[in-house]
Amino acid sequence: HFGRPRWVNHLRSGASRVLVASRNFANDATFEIKKCDLHRLEEGPPVTTVLTREDGLKYYRMMQTVRRMELKADQLYKQKIIRGFCHLCDGQEACCVGLEAGINPTDHLITAYRAHGFTFTRGLSVREILAELTGRKGGCAKGKGGSMHMYAKNFYGGNGIVGAQVPLGAGIALACKYNGKDEVCLTLYGDGAANQGQIFEAYNMAALWKLPCIFICENNRYGMGTSVERAAASTDYYKRGDFIPGLRVDGMDILCVREATRFAAAYCRSGKGPILMELQTYRYHGHSMSDPGVSYRTREEIQEVRSKSDPIMLLKDRMVNSNLASVEELKEIDVEVRKEIEDAAQFATADPEPPLEELGYHIYSSDPPFEVRGANQWIKFKSVS
Amino acid sequence: MAAVSGLMWRPLRPVSGLLKRRFHRTAPVALQVTVRDAINQGMDEELERDEKVFLLGEEVAQYDGAYKVSRGLWKKYGDKRIIDTPISEMGFAGIAVGAAMAGLRPICEFMTFNFSMQAIDQVINSAAKTYYMSGVAAQHSQCFAAWYGHCPGLKVVSPWNSEDAKGLIKSAIRDNNPVVMLENELMYGVPFEFPPEAQSKDFLVPIGKAKIERQGTHITVVSHSRPVGHCLEAAAVLSKEGVECEVINMRTIRPMDMETIEASVMKTNHLVTVEGGWPQFGVGAEICARIMEGPAFNFLDAPAVRVTGADVPMPYAKILEDNSIPQVKDIIFAIKKTLNI
Repeated sequence: HFGRPRWVNHLRSGASRVLVASRNFANDATFEIKKCDLHRLEEGPPVTTVLTREDGLKYYRMMQTVRRMELKADQLYKQKIIRGFCHLCDGQEACCVGLEAGINPTDHLITAYRAHGFTFTRGLSVREILAELTGRKGGCAKGKGGSMHMYAKNFYGGNGIVGAQVPLGAGIALACKYNGKDEVCLTLYGDGAANQGQIFEAYNMAALWKLPCIFICENNRYGMGTSVERAAASTDYYKRGDFIPGLRVDGMDILCVREATRFAAAYCRSGKGPILMELQTYRYHGHSMSDPGVSYRTREEIQEVRSKSDPIMLLKDRMVNSNLASVEELKEIDVEVRKEIEDAAQFATADPEPPLEELGYHIYSSDPPFEVRGANQWIKFKSVS
Repeated sequence: MAAVSGLMWRPLRPVSGLLKRRFHRTAPVALQVTVRDAINQGMDEELERDEKVFLLGEEVAQYDGAYKVSRGLWKKYGDKRIIDTPISEMGFAGIAVGAAMAGLRPICEFMTFNFSMQAIDQVINSAAKTYYMSGVAAQHSQCFAAWYGHCPGLKVVSPWNSEDAKGLIKSAIRDNNPVVMLENELMYGVPFEFPPEAQSKDFLVPIGKAKIERQGTHITVVSHSRPVGHCLEAAAVLSKEGVECEVINMRTIRPMDMETIEASVMKTNHLVTVEGGWPQFGVGAEICARIMEGPAFNFLDAPAVRVTGADVPMPYAKILEDNSIPQVKDIIFAIKKTLNI
């Protein structure tokens, strides 16, 4: 269930088809990446990196999958097949894919509610994710969690209470240190959540106890409808850990994110304690599906980011210009991704809802079955662990 | 995960006459253990048994615990297992829940449950609800039983004596679910007879089962925590007048053992509930509502009655304070009213 991520299978089939073509590609290429702003660090991540063809194709496919999945969710939401809260991350693909590229599957990750991308990069299938959004029994949480409560191995959601996930992440990091297996925990929050008091409590304890926690602020410039300038006395989020060293990273460049993550993970694994990363990124959608996203920012701004900084476009251009891949090849991947999303959406629409009898299930873990009261004293549900 | 704490400040009350009588009763091994020591023993045994168990909270390590409940544990287990936290309830409660999610078994201590209010979001929204939502096979001076007892996904236990305290904290640590343990700080220093079974490292008090502390035929008196002692005192006084009370110690608030309560009411035909918390939306209210819904209702010869704390924020002056919580005389009065004597 929590085995190899599904995209690996797709990679295999995609790669074998491409080998039939008669083009010779480079095996890898070296790219310059933006230097990170540093806080309390003598040195930062390298300013050049090597991207292999294989990795490039992998990242491209993953980012495109997240993009298409989010857009499909948008469509299903407008058709009222998805209800409730739905926070999309299109535009921020370099963050989830780049972070995953910089860590191991045995590392841990926790984030807030804009979590669909991470749910995918941490190993769940688009099928399970979309079916969870549509509230069906084939969903990763059996239809009981919805958009904000998806979990996978070493992925702790999906959390609805803004900022609450940060102390949780520090706790997971505590467990990493306690268990002594050199694992780290990536603890994400947004520019809005960055002003929560409990985050500073977590900074303090993480630094005090040298927990292997990478605090990551995904700064997409707006906390719901409030721009960073209107919410924070200091918008240098990478410095707000004070005694915790920090770096500010170009969150639209997947290679920059990857290198910064490798650097941060190595720092934590060496036992020096926590570190903070600010990823500067952008979301195309509004805060959620009920926010058109244009009352507090201009369409021109959104358009400018799309045309100049789109993460998928940036990777594609790099790969094509360095002969790591061809335009046609990438288009083929696009077609495959579209099909995968379409199939997943079909499933998510057709799969039945969880049975009513299971309303009371999974309240406790490892307990014998017991009775749960319904809306009145005569309605009873069984609860199984 | 267990949350462990107690109430604030108040001076120790003298040991009741009833309990003094108990001490003189001879038993093969008449060991007396205070509630504080019982909890300490329980935690010590579980720390030894499972290396995933650890304790965190303010002053739990080097200070030996604000109420000395964790005395000696830091010396024995060290920094890794016994952790002093800064004054950051919300932060360390979240850290405890996160560590539990990652497979450890933290005991998260709030110095007083009043302080736990800051962290209640982590207890309810992060701890209690997660298992249900994840589909993977998810608190100075007032009684928080009703607050935490309200929430599905949590278990809530409330020990009265030393045996309860040790057995429940051990069960709580071993339980794979978040458990809130409501310790009453006034009970820490009170010694109780410790039966031989309770001296074993495998002694557990099951969560979800009430105990009949005193058998009786005329009326059922249900209580939890410190008031259980007051109920037993009231029962002793009334016994001299020919009224025999059946006193039930709930031990667990959620999941509540209604079976034991109902069976007793069906035998005695009368019910009085006793709690330290405020009356509105409290434990007694829940018991009465459930009695009406079940078979025991038809066996009641009089309406069920609640004895509770006064519906006021806790006042300071001694006379006011004394009258804000249920006293033995209040319990006796309620029992007599119910029995119409």
